[in-house]
Amino acid sequence: MLLRHTPKEVAERKALAINPAKTCQPIGAMYAALGIHGCLPHSHGSQGCCAYHRSALTRHYKEPISAATSSFTEGASVFGGQANLLQAINNIFTVYEPEVIAVHTTCLSETIGDDLNQIFEKARREGKVPEGCTLVGAPTPSYVGSHVTGFSNMVKAMAQLAEPSGKKSGKVNIIPGWVEPADMAEIKRLATLVGVPVTVFPDTSGVLDAPLTGEYTMFPQGGVTIKELKASGDATATLAMGEWCSADAARWLDAKCKVPCTVLDMPFGLAATDRFIDVLRTVAGVTVPDAVAVERGQLVDLISDMHQYLYGKRVALWGDPDQLISMCEFLVSLDMQPVYVVTGTPGKKFEERIREICAGRPFEVKVKAKGDMFLMHQWIKNEPVDLLMGNSYGKYIARDEDIPLLRWGFPILDRQGHQYFPTVGYRGGLRLLEKMLDQFLDRKDRDDPETSFELVL
Amino acid sequence: MRKVAIYGKGGIGKSTTTQNTVAGLAEMGRKIMVVGCDPKADSTRLLLGGLAQKSVLDTLREEGEDVELDDIRKPGFGGTWCVESGGPEPGVGCAGRGIITSINMLESLGAYEESEGLDYAFYDVLGDVVCGGFAMPIRDGKAEEIYIVCSGEMMAMYAANNICKGIMKYAESGGVRLGGLICNSRNTDREADLITELASKLGTQMIYFVPRDNDVQRAEINRKTVIEWDGAVPQANEYRGLARAIDENKMFTVPTPLEIEELEQLLLDYGIMEA
Repeated sequence: MLLRHTPKEVAERKALAINPAKTCQPIGAMYAALGIHGCLPHSHGSQGCCAYHRSALTRHYKEPISAATSSFTEGASVFGGQANLLQAINNIFTVYEPEVIAVHTTCLSETIGDDLNQIFEKARREGKVPEGCTLVGAPTPSYVGSHVTGFSNMVKAMAQLAEPSGKKSGKVNIIPGWVEPADMAEIKRLATLVGVPVTVFPDTSGVLDAPLTGEYTMFPQGGVTIKELKASGDATATLAMGEWCSADAARWLDAKCKVPCTVLDMPFGLAATDRFIDVLRTVAGVTVPDAVAVERGQLVDLISDMHQYLYGKRVALWGDPDQLISMCEFLVSLDMQPVYVVTGTPGKKFEERIREICAGRPFEVKVKAKGDMFLMHQWIKNEPVDLLMGNSYGKYIARDEDIPLLRWGFPILDRQGHQYFPTVGYRGGLRLLEKMLDQFLDRKDRDDPETSFELVL
Repeated sequence: MRKVAIYGKGGIGKSTTTQNTVAGLAEMGRKIMVVGCDPKADSTRLLLGGLAQKSVLDTLREEGEDVELDDIRKPGFGGTWCVESGGPEPGVGCAGRGIITSINMLESLGAYEESEGLDYAFYDVLGDVVCGGFAMPIRDGKAEEIYIVCSGEMMAMYAANNICKGIMKYAESGGVRLGGLICNSRNTDREADLITELASKLGTQMIYFVPRDNDVQRAEINRKTVIEWDGAVPQANEYRGLARAIDENKMFTVPTPLEIEELEQLLLDYGIMEA
């Protein structure tokens, strides 16, 4: 019993979080930056920040994460980080030759008030930025929001590279939010299938799921290019997946470049994917091809085939707001019961949204934004669930309470496949369904008495 | 060793008062170290006869962490040791962190060791206690007594009151106490009465009333304290008086800051805000 000290009684806590369901802003910013082609993320702060953020991403994506740091010392904290960043920019462009440096700040550089734009301007004036290379920067103090906020801030900084030419390109911007590289590829595949030319940003497919070829390249093939980002201001529309991850960037493009935006839920599950395809169809003025309808039909088929094993199953979920909203909706649509939902990211709207989704269903949902795994565990101790769904940090609860854990979200530190097999779209829905059924049916086979042990389920 | 910090509103004359007082104490044979905690690094100019001092942080920046005590302290008038923390240029970095860094460095280099034979360490702190860094001299038992330089002007008194809030916070956990208000006169009406009353409301004393005298400016132009420039002028005696008052001071209290209404009422009572 690793968590044997977690008491069943829930006491009100104000100041203390135990195993918070979130991490640092720069981790999100770094992940988003890796979705730019030829980009080296740069952490403007002390070395330890950068080391932690890199390793957090490496452990999840199982890819080398290159990132540079301003390497603050006591002196830089007092005198400001300008000298360090200027030298870093010069060194990075000279030694590693990226096309882009995406700088995010840290708690320290935010607190002492370093002004990235002013430092960038100075670097450009001093000729430290080679012709055709780009600097992009986002403020990411970890004492505000969570890793999701950092992701959103960097995505917004990417949108701010837009340079509208005044002529519409006919393309549609898709901001996929914090999903796996395979999910980004799946979103592009679906858009292509529907026949809509899109710019997906950030796009980590081809970067963080790159093949092992025997030859190391610091900057793999994938990622959205600066040219595409500049042209994002000429798009017909922007589809932003997720209020927390993507909406800020889309709204900025709407306000500044007059690219109308639609903020959607992330396309996890049947209904959310339906809405995504529908909006895609509408903004591009095309009809949905049969191929997409077939994929949808397959998902509906499996749902109806296996409904008896899903019905009434109680699920505890944790992770990030946008993902949880769609997943809750999917589970409810399967007649499952997402009874406990926790995110570490702040947002009252999240709690409202989850309650809305679960309203009128035969269960009462307990939901908490800015919450932690400790509370989740306490809820489970009071009334258990049939399935845990979330990142690897739930494995302690799974073990102590003997409840199956379906790994989904960020970070997954102890299982593989998430980088390669999408969970978005109809195909992704099939995979989620497969994983859930595996958990339930494996458990059934393990626990059923011999008299009711069945070959065919 | 007595450890003294001088606070007060910006421009009120903290550095001038501190150095002139230190000159007085030095004349009395006391061994003193002055630590300037202001990024402008001008807290020891009069004692050193000019801005001859390389700051702790400049030294740290240029030499790395391999700094020795003699790199950062210079002997000044009357055998005083002069140290400037220094700090970033205006508008960048973190001056507060700079003070934390330099005081920690002085401690680790042994500047406060008994073998140094100091009677006094004076911290001359920039303006208000705006952040943890500027509170550094009064944190964990560094400075034990505080003097606030003020005048009969509203904003100076307001700042003094605010600083008292900072002292109160640290007085609860540590040994820091308020030694009194030093009135650096601006020739406002009934100034001495007003500051005496403010002091009593704050639970302290007006330890000295320093009159306004242009000899201070004359000495400053010559990069000297008044005592060094011309020890015979009346103002030199005023600073000797202040030095003696501090040397003999026995009244150390935890201040009781005023509500802003009380402070305004005080000004009304003393006729400054007469409508």
